Amino acid sequence: MTGWLRSLGAQTLSLVESLGRIVRFGGLIVRAALLPPARLRFLLWAVYDSGVLSTALVCASGLTVGLVLGLQLYNTLSRFGAEESLGTAVGLSLIRELGPVLTGLLVTGRAGSATTAEIGAMKATEQLDGLRMMAVDPIHFVVMPRALALALVMPLLSALFIVCGIFGAYLVGVQLLGLDAGSYISHLENAVDFRESVLQSIVKAGVFGMLLGLIATYRGYTCEPNAAGVSRATTSTVVTASVCILLSDYVLTALWGV
Amino acid sequence: MQSSSSRDLVVGVFVLLGLAAIAYLSVQVGGLSLGREGELQLFATFDDIGGLSPRAPVRISGVRVGQVESIDLDADLRARVAMNLATDLELSVDTAAAIRTAGLLGDQFVALEPGAEDEVLEAGESFSFTESATNLDKLIGAVVHGSGLAGDD
Repeated sequence: MTGWLRSLGAQTLSLVESLGRIVRFGGLIVRAALLPPARLRFLLWAVYDSGVLSTALVCASGLTVGLVLGLQLYNTLSRFGAEESLGTAVGLSLIRELGPVLTGLLVTGRAGSATTAEIGAMKATEQLDGLRMMAVDPIHFVVMPRALALALVMPLLSALFIVCGIFGAYLVGVQLLGLDAGSYISHLENAVDFRESVLQSIVKAGVFGMLLGLIATYRGYTCEPNAAGVSRATTSTVVTASVCILLSDYVLTALWGV
Repeated sequence: MQSSSSRDLVVGVFVLLGLAAIAYLSVQVGGLSLGREGELQLFATFDDIGGLSPRAPVRISGVRVGQVESIDLDADLRARVAMNLATDLELSVDTAAAIRTAGLLGDQFVALEPGAEDEVLEAGESFSFTESATNLDKLIGAVVHGSGLAGDD
């Protein structure tokens, strides 16, 4: 009995401890971001790696999600004679939920895993120790630009995803199924409010980006310095970040309504 | 340095595209507006606004000239609708505002019917003549019970 209790206690303690470590790591990143030099060149490269290279994937996914949404919702709505509301349904679901969440998951797989693998490989080949020996803080030099870039590109990619999605649903609804273009656009514009939907979407994407940046860099920075460790850390980034994005999405949605 | 500067350019294009997407969603789709001063705001009071909602269009002869900004209750507990219209609009003081429905079950909008007076409405003034939304339930009830159409007998 005491053995069972002891293992429960040990697990709880290690959970709290790892949470504390990751929060402290986040604090170090924030401190590094505020301290000079600004490392703008590295930030730019990280934006290129995480953002620019994800654009094609995000836009193509947005377009296909929009196409499918248009088809599915049109068929369902037409049973009630409410095809006109396609713009409303597509706009609200894309802007509030699908855009930020799916972009978050896509970028986790595309750029978050790469970030972890890159930092993990640097650690495995003792490059981070090399930086420390030259009195260069690896958090400032390697981690901060990548974490910051993930947080910055997420709202931009999410907005691109949503615009592509709206266009995809337009293609299906208006061009293919014969809905009136004006009615699609005007229902979309009447239903979507800036504060209620668009701001919520941007804030969500920003929070997802920060979570992903923190998790991806933390996993890479703390991985075991060997090939198996890097591989485990990369997998763990994708799993942890995806679950965190989905959970925080629920919390953010619930908080926004209050 | 060639590859570095072309990478800068690609990042610049990417950021610009992302910001353009956010701007499109905020301003065009989300209806965010900066600076309301340039618009002519007029008020109208209705007994029943039906399903009229903020951002519904305001039309004259079917042409969109503005949108509903907000809907509140006034001191007499009637619905007070604030509308933002194009600044260059000259509406005579006896213009009537009516809540109409696009089609049988479509969205509701405010239709303005210009009057004949020479004086024009200034910003912040109210329409004197208004016509409430047609309530489909009441209309059907009137037909079914014969009360509204057949008189009092």
